[in-house]
Amino acid sequence: MPSIHYDIAHLLGALVLLLSFALLYQRRLFALIKMFAIQSAALGAAAAWQGYIQDAPHLYVTAVLALGMKAVVIPVALHRIIVKLNIARTIDTALGVGPTMIAGVSLVTLSILLVLPVTSDVTALTREDLALALSVVLLGLLTMITRRNAIGQVVGFMSLENGLILAAVGVQGMPLIVEMLVAFAVMVAFIIFGIFFFHIRERFDTLDLHDLDSFRGESR
Amino acid sequence: MIFLPVNPVHIILALPFLSALGLAVVGPHRLATRLNALASGLTLVAASTLLSGFPETTALFLVDDFNAYLALLTAFVGFTTSLFSAGYIEHEVETGRLKPPFLRFYHSMYQAFMFTMLLALFANNLGVLWVAVEGATLTTVLMVSLYRTPAALEAAWKYFILCGVGIALALFGTILIYLAAQPVMGGGTTAMTWSDMMGRMNRVSPELLNLAFVFILIGYGTKVGLVPLHAWLPDAHAEGPTPISAVLSGLLLNVALYAVLRFKMLMTANGQTMAPGPLMILLGLLSLLVAAFTLYRRRDIKRLFAYSSIEHMGIITFAFGMGGPVANFAGLLHMSMHSLTKSAIFVAVGLATQVKGTQQISEIRGLTTSHPAIGWGLVVGVLAIAGAPPFGIFLSEFLLVTSTFASNPLLALPLIAGIVIAFGALILRLQSLAFGAPSGSVEPVATSTFPLVLHMIIVLVAGVWLPEPLVAWFQSIARLLG
Repeated sequence: MPSIHYDIAHLLGALVLLLSFALLYQRRLFALIKMFAIQSAALGAAAAWQGYIQDAPHLYVTAVLALGMKAVVIPVALHRIIVKLNIARTIDTALGVGPTMIAGVSLVTLSILLVLPVTSDVTALTREDLALALSVVLLGLLTMITRRNAIGQVVGFMSLENGLILAAVGVQGMPLIVEMLVAFAVMVAFIIFGIFFFHIRERFDTLDLHDLDSFRGESR
Repeated sequence: MIFLPVNPVHIILALPFLSALGLAVVGPHRLATRLNALASGLTLVAASTLLSGFPETTALFLVDDFNAYLALLTAFVGFTTSLFSAGYIEHEVETGRLKPPFLRFYHSMYQAFMFTMLLALFANNLGVLWVAVEGATLTTVLMVSLYRTPAALEAAWKYFILCGVGIALALFGTILIYLAAQPVMGGGTTAMTWSDMMGRMNRVSPELLNLAFVFILIGYGTKVGLVPLHAWLPDAHAEGPTPISAVLSGLLLNVALYAVLRFKMLMTANGQTMAPGPLMILLGLLSLLVAAFTLYRRRDIKRLFAYSSIEHMGIITFAFGMGGPVANFAGLLHMSMHSLTKSAIFVAVGLATQVKGTQQISEIRGLTTSHPAIGWGLVVGVLAIAGAPPFGIFLSEFLLVTSTFASNPLLALPLIAGIVIAFGALILRLQSLAFGAPSGSVEPVATSTFPLVLHMIIVLVAGVWLPEPLVAWFQSIARLLG
């Protein structure tokens, strides 16, 4: 494999990871969504590049889907919901920027330490791609944990998904990637747009999940 | 063996799939409840054709003793619950808690849920398995949020977030399994096809499999409701419609555990990996003990039995973690007995909460006096689920405890402790629910308790006498599981 193939794949994977860090410290909803759209675009580019070097046309479909759905349609829809429902534009975070960043760096270290030793017999490109992808997954989890807002959690969840897709496209010949991407997209679309935002909003006048906590069913 | 020109799996899957599409447009709710029951009945008939022989394994579908048994159980409980659901929905419409558009949606989702569970059971491709479990999550989240109360929305949100993360981790595990298998099997679909992988697992890198199994266990384990990943389960059971609680407890948890077990079989076939058993034993015991103690603090009747489901899934996971012919046999028996008993209990609970208009345990008293059929049904059900003889659950717990004593006496102690503690809690709650002066409405209910009676008869008979072919069937699955 020419080294330029490896370098560009590596660059795009690292870009997705870098944007995961950028997601971690966003305090404003619009900025968070914008960052997520950029991450999805980077993911689309990574998928397309993998499609080119693996000569796998279905990865182009993945790339187009990631670009169309996650970089354009979902961010625009979220943006509209925020404007229409007049949701508070800033997010409460559970941790300050400093501790969150330290936690993020430790998670990346953890995933490198976890993945590299057990993948000694696969190609360097795949194993490093996998380490990057696992980092994105863990950072997505961290984003979800540190947000108390429903939209913040959903963006965290979708960024976690981006990590999974990055892992899937990096593995030579992985089947069913498109189906999995669609399954995730359907889930997010159904639940987020169809049901929750409108109803949570209707009931509580807020998307702050902290206010939901009293409804444990047994608090009476 | 097979006389039909088509693969029976296709029929079993097509029935609920087409019904889900059809029921989405059926307006009148009486017609819809009947069609729902009819579709579930036909699915059961189609599933029972598997008894005459299994179709050939294809790249997509696989039928062996293990999933044929679970598919039959799923179709059976799905059918009886659809009968219960008909009466339940009737009552909800009369009291105005559910509106017609929601009912179309409910029935369509019920069939879609059956479809995804059967697809997960029959899937030979690990990717298809994952997509099916993800679909089951989606349909149940939507059904849990059906009532639109704040509590239902919170429950559905929690369910979506926790199980969403769970299945995301399971997908990562699946990708790792593919990565491990790919150098041996070559790329493409074969390296995700379970039946092809089983034969060639021994050459796959064990380290990568270890890592993958941890992700799979945590991921699908969230859907099994294993402690500490169980937080979604009581809420989802308590806030959704009761027929959904019955199928969640009776079926979905089994299907998620089935997914874990398929991966455990891959691990065992490899031979050089870490033993998957101890991890499952640990999670199983933890679930059993935590659920047993928290049972005492429950004030909501549906939550009480949801925690009891966590307890029993813990016991089953423990049994499969122990492995060996007897423990596996006990696990399989417990799986079916728990499904039947728990869905029967939810039928009784659903009727009781409808007639009393509350889910608070303290406000439901003296059911045997006011509603003998429901009250005594609940008494029998709770005795069975608590593990009293002569019911089937006693038999499976007895088998498990004795086999654990034989292989590892120290592990048997927490197991027995957990079972006894849970027994105490359930009997304690049962006394006030079933006996004493009745509270609230004493009006008779029109809804039939047929599913309740049928399930309890099966559980009672199984506790006294297991038919020879069934024993042979379970033994062959126990061998498959290793």
